[in-house]
Amino acid sequence: MSKVLLIARRELAAFFNTWMGYIIFAAALFINGLLFNAFAIGSTPKYSAKVLEDFFYFGSGIAMVAGVFLAMRLLAEEKQSGTITLLYTSPLTARQLIYGKFLSAVVFSLILHVLTLYLPALIMMNGKISMGHLASGYLVLVLIGSSAIAISLFASAISSNQLIAGVTGSAFTVFFLVLWMVADKVAAPFNELFTYLSIHHRHFTPFSQGLVHSADIIYYLSVIVFFLECSVRAIEARRWRG
Amino acid sequence: MIVVDNLSKSYGSQWAIHNISFSIKRGEAVGLLGLNGAGKSTILKIIGTLMVPSGGTAHVGGFSVTEDPHQVRKIIGYLPDTPPLYNEMTTRSYLNFVAQLKEVSQNNLKKFVDEAMERTNLGPVADSHLSTLSHGYRQRVGIAQALVHKPQVLVLDEPINGLDPVQIVDMRDMIKDLKGDYTLVLSSHILSEITKTCDRMIIVDHGKLVAEGSEASLKEKATKGMKINLEVSHPKSLIAKIEQLPEVISVVESKFEDTAGLVIDTNADIRAQLAKLVVGEGLDLLGMQRTFEGLEGVFMKVIQNSEVAKR
Repeated sequence: MSKVLLIARRELAAFFNTWMGYIIFAAALFINGLLFNAFAIGSTPKYSAKVLEDFFYFGSGIAMVAGVFLAMRLLAEEKQSGTITLLYTSPLTARQLIYGKFLSAVVFSLILHVLTLYLPALIMMNGKISMGHLASGYLVLVLIGSSAIAISLFASAISSNQLIAGVTGSAFTVFFLVLWMVADKVAAPFNELFTYLSIHHRHFTPFSQGLVHSADIIYYLSVIVFFLECSVRAIEARRWRG
Repeated sequence: MIVVDNLSKSYGSQWAIHNISFSIKRGEAVGLLGLNGAGKSTILKIIGTLMVPSGGTAHVGGFSVTEDPHQVRKIIGYLPDTPPLYNEMTTRSYLNFVAQLKEVSQNNLKKFVDEAMERTNLGPVADSHLSTLSHGYRQRVGIAQALVHKPQVLVLDEPINGLDPVQIVDMRDMIKDLKGDYTLVLSSHILSEITKTCDRMIIVDHGKLVAEGSEASLKEKATKGMKINLEVSHPKSLIAKIEQLPEVISVVESKFEDTAGLVIDTNADIRAQLAKLVVGEGLDLLGMQRTFEGLEGVFMKVIQNSEVAKR
C-alpha cells in the first residue's frame, strides 16, 4: 500500500508542478460554468432539482473528458521520457504502479469536483435541493470520471505516446458511452446487453435524480477494476515482448 | 554474482543476442564492449529485468531474472542509456522518491540520499530542478539513483554517452571510485573507457560473444597471429632466414606504397629480431609495422574474425 501511495503522491505533485493540472482545472471549471448557465439554468423556469439534475448531466461529460486528459499521460509520458525504466527496474509490482497512478488521477478529479461545489451552492441560494440528491449526483460524477480514468489508463498502458493514448482512450470511452444509443438499433438480446454495458444512461440517470442503486455502484466498480486489471496485465506482458 | 548461460533474445527471426554465456564475480568490474547494435544493451536489459530472454538463463545474486525479477530488482541498480529523471523534481526530492521506491527505510532515508549525493558530487545541485541540470549532472543523478539503495550490483548502460571530454574524465573517476564496493557491469562502444575502468571485458558483436578476458590476456591473444609489414631492400634474400625463426608462421613477398617488402605472419612480436637480421645481412631497413596494435587491434580483430566466421 505504501508504494501505491508513493506513486500517487509523486504523480499528484507532478500534476501541480507542471502546467497540465492547472490547465485541466481552468478548462473544466470554465466549461462547467458555461454549461451550467446556458443549459442547466437555461432561460425557462425550472425546479431546483431539475437544474441540479442537468448540472450533473453536463458535469458527467466534463468528468469523462477530464478523466481522459488526466489518464492519457500517466504511463505514455513515462514511456516517452524514459522514466518508465526506473519504475520497471525497481521492486514495484505492476499492480502497485497501476493503482498508484489511478489513485493520483482520482484524487485530482476529486479536487476538481470539490471546486465545482459553488454551482450547487448557487442553486441552494435561490431554490431548494436535498443533500441526498447532491451526494448521489457527486457520487456518480466520481464513479463515471473514475471509469473514464481507468479506461484511458489502459489506453496509456498499451500506447507508446500520449497522443495515441489520448485518441485510444477517447475512442474506448466514447464506445462505452454511446453503447446505449446503439442498443436502440439492435434486436434482443444485444439491446439489453449494450444498454447494460454503457457507462452512461441506465447506470447514470438514477444517480443524477438522487436515486442510488447498489447494482449501479457495482457496475461502475466492475468497469474500473476490469480496466485497471487489463492495465496490470499489459504492463506485465511488456517484459515478454521486450 | 551474475551468471549468464546461453542467453538469447530474438525479435521475430532476428537474433538480438544468441547463446551468450559468461559469469561475473562479486566485486568485479566488467565492461561489455561492442559496436552500436551489437547486443550490449539487450544483455543489460535482461540482467536489469527489463525484458525476458527468448532462451537461456540469467541469475543475479542467485535469483533468476525471469522467475524472481522482484528479488533481482532489490539488489540491482540500473542506469539506462538515458537517465530516467522527472524534470519537475529537484535532485534531492527525486533521490528521496527513488530511495523509497527501492525500499530504503524511513530511518535510513536521509543518510542514504546524502551518501549517494556525496559519492556522485551532487551537492551543488541538490536543490536544483532536474530540468535545469547539464548533461553531465543529469548523468550523475542517473548514477545516484542507481546506487541510492546500496545495491550489490550496478548496471550502467553507456554511462559516458554524450558527455564532453571534461565530463568523461569526471565520470571515469566516479566509476573507478565505485569499483570494489559494487559488482559493476557497464557497456560502451569506446574501448579506452572499458580498459580504464574495468578489470575485465566482454566483447560482443552481432549478438555473439566473440572475446572475453582482461586487458593483458586479450593483448596476448592479439599478439598471437600478428602480422608485421617489413619494408626492406632485396626482400627475397631474407625469406628463408626469416622462415627459420620459430615464431614465424609464414612469409609472403609484398609491395607497399613505394617499396618492396615482406608480410610476416607470426605468433609473437619479433620486430627486434627482424631488425637485427636485416642489419646483419647488410640490407637497408626502410620500415616495419605491426598490423594489430594494442587493444584497438584486438577489438578490430575480433570484430573482423567474427565477420569472417559468419561468411
